[in-house]
Amino acid sequence: MSILVDSTTRVICQGFTGSQGTLHSEQAIAYGTQLVGGVTPGKGGSEHLGLPVFDSVREAVEETNANATVIYVPAAYCKDSILEAVDAGIELIVCITEGIPTLDMLEVKARIGISDARLIGPNCPGVITPGECKIGIMPGDIHLPGKVGVVSRSGTLTYEAVKQTTDKGYGQTTCVGIGGDPIPGTHFVDVLGLFQQDDATEAVVMVGEIGGTAEEEAAEFIKSEVRKPVVAYIAGVTAPPGKRMGHAGAIIAGGKGTANEKFTALEAAGVRTVKSLADIGDALAEVTGWE
Amino acid sequence: MNLHEYQAKRLFADYGLPVSVGYAADTSDEAVAAAERIGGKAWVCKVQVHAGGRGKAGGVQLVDSIEEVRSFAERWLGGRLVTVQTDAEGQPVNQVYIEACAGIERELYLGAVIDRSSSRIVVMASKEGGVEIEKVAEESPEKIFRVVIDPYVGPQSYQGRDLAFRLGMQGNQVQQFTLLFNKLIELFNKLDCSLVEINPLVITDEGDVHCLDAKINIDGNALYRHDDLRSMRDISQEDEREVRADGFGLNYVALDGNIGCMVNGAGLAMGTMDLVKLHGGNPANFLDVGGGASQEAVAEAFKIILSDPNVRAVLINIFGGIVSCATIADGIIAAVEEIGVDVPVVVRFEGNNAEQGSNKLASSGLNLIASSSLVDAADKAIEAAGASA
Repeated sequence: MSILVDSTTRVICQGFTGSQGTLHSEQAIAYGTQLVGGVTPGKGGSEHLGLPVFDSVREAVEETNANATVIYVPAAYCKDSILEAVDAGIELIVCITEGIPTLDMLEVKARIGISDARLIGPNCPGVITPGECKIGIMPGDIHLPGKVGVVSRSGTLTYEAVKQTTDKGYGQTTCVGIGGDPIPGTHFVDVLGLFQQDDATEAVVMVGEIGGTAEEEAAEFIKSEVRKPVVAYIAGVTAPPGKRMGHAGAIIAGGKGTANEKFTALEAAGVRTVKSLADIGDALAEVTGWE
Repeated sequence: MNLHEYQAKRLFADYGLPVSVGYAADTSDEAVAAAERIGGKAWVCKVQVHAGGRGKAGGVQLVDSIEEVRSFAERWLGGRLVTVQTDAEGQPVNQVYIEACAGIERELYLGAVIDRSSSRIVVMASKEGGVEIEKVAEESPEKIFRVVIDPYVGPQSYQGRDLAFRLGMQGNQVQQFTLLFNKLIELFNKLDCSLVEINPLVITDEGDVHCLDAKINIDGNALYRHDDLRSMRDISQEDEREVRADGFGLNYVALDGNIGCMVNGAGLAMGTMDLVKLHGGNPANFLDVGGGASQEAVAEAFKIILSDPNVRAVLINIFGGIVSCATIADGIIAAVEEIGVDVPVVVRFEGNNAEQGSNKLASSGLNLIASSSLVDAADKAIEAAGASA
């Protein structure tokens, strides 16, 4: 079992023939993801990486029965691409692109909110269910099918967490990168809810960072809804206030959104927190009693 | 991106928000000319820097003679203003803003921000104007009134009226405020703002609603569609190394420690800084070389780190996902060969081509310290920084 994606997920790629789309589609195919085609307006009818190219998402869905899409188009066109996928009835939309204007995301979120679609990202590494389906830019070989659910706002920091659970032999059910933007399509609480319902997920690793209150909201949710052990790490204890730390969403604004506030909220919810990102694997062993 | 007050007020005027007549001046002669052009017998002189707390630091002055306008400009232009929000060196002053003086009856607060939890623009207003709104929010949140803007229907007049009445406005003020409220959101949306703040919004002694201050932050991600706003960027107000890094697509933030950090990915870069601190060291900077770093960008990153005189050791932590550790290694070698390096460099490679990258560094003949793990790397960097201090 897993969440969001598995071996039956039928994926298309928007921005398929571009350099990013091509590079990561090749890797997804090599990993075994069921990539069924791609969309590049104006190149419909051609073939790329041995798969059909379509002019629109609607057409791609009609022809391939795709239920998931991954978006690599430039930031200026992402709002259009996401809304196109929503209108075509795609259930899972994963947007990798960084740098989408925030006001575009407010409109996207409002539209997603009244649809059946789920958006992961933007500005994220994507979603992977090890051994079954890789949608995004994460290196496949550090993952291992297993029993830990991983959810994170960061890319490379997720890889560190994943590697530690792989090195210990625990493996992962699904890893979800929700992205580093201030307005993500999916929040920690949404993914935590899915992990709680997933029988195969026995423990959860949550990787947060400074900025916003998503970790505090996750703490509230964990307290009332999550009955599985959770290990959490928050990046940015040393970040100065008022400075954007790489991610658009990683900023301590008006004295709010500090790492210490988040650690405190999570600890109050019974979450095992670690102050060093190197301790995630060991903490997981402690709270679960796993060898 | 931050704007100066004079830029924000010009934009306010463009959108029909009520501001006083004022002009920015680069020289004391211009400041005097501005005051004469405005006329009257009293003016407000304001230092233009990207920092709050100007008033308390002496950067805002009410004057009633042309001589005082001149002496204010002479005192500040070319100098630096230190406020509670700046570092000890302060921000350089390249312009002063000379403005007509408005009689104030009451000071209020009005601001619009993007609320991350609700994914909406939220407008906040309070009778507690002219003070730090964060403090009001903390101490007496009931004194802040909020309305939420629906991204599809936009601001509605009833929302403006609601705020106006709660702010205790009467008669004509309610209509003035409602109009201002609608224009504020129009400006927010059209200029891709991330924050607009009017603190204080005032009721003048003539009973009119008036914007005494103006603060605008623009969403950097949206600048590609605003040529006019892009040209308003004032890099003199930013850290020199941060500006340089930005030109190469690198994210750099200066800190005050002595261990330079070069990391790929924003989260991992923060995590690496935290680890250094946790193990007793002090990071000199945050630096994210990004997911698709080129050899040139890495070389530039290395140079920027070394241009900080406080740096006593460099810690390079790369988890190769998209980026290959071999590419990073080439960048480091190129940079070191070009500019030389006289501080210890500790390298930890993991992931994509980690072994190849390590081999390249090992065979380069450069004095680099390899490490076996993240913790090991942090400890070695801290030790090296201590030893070379």
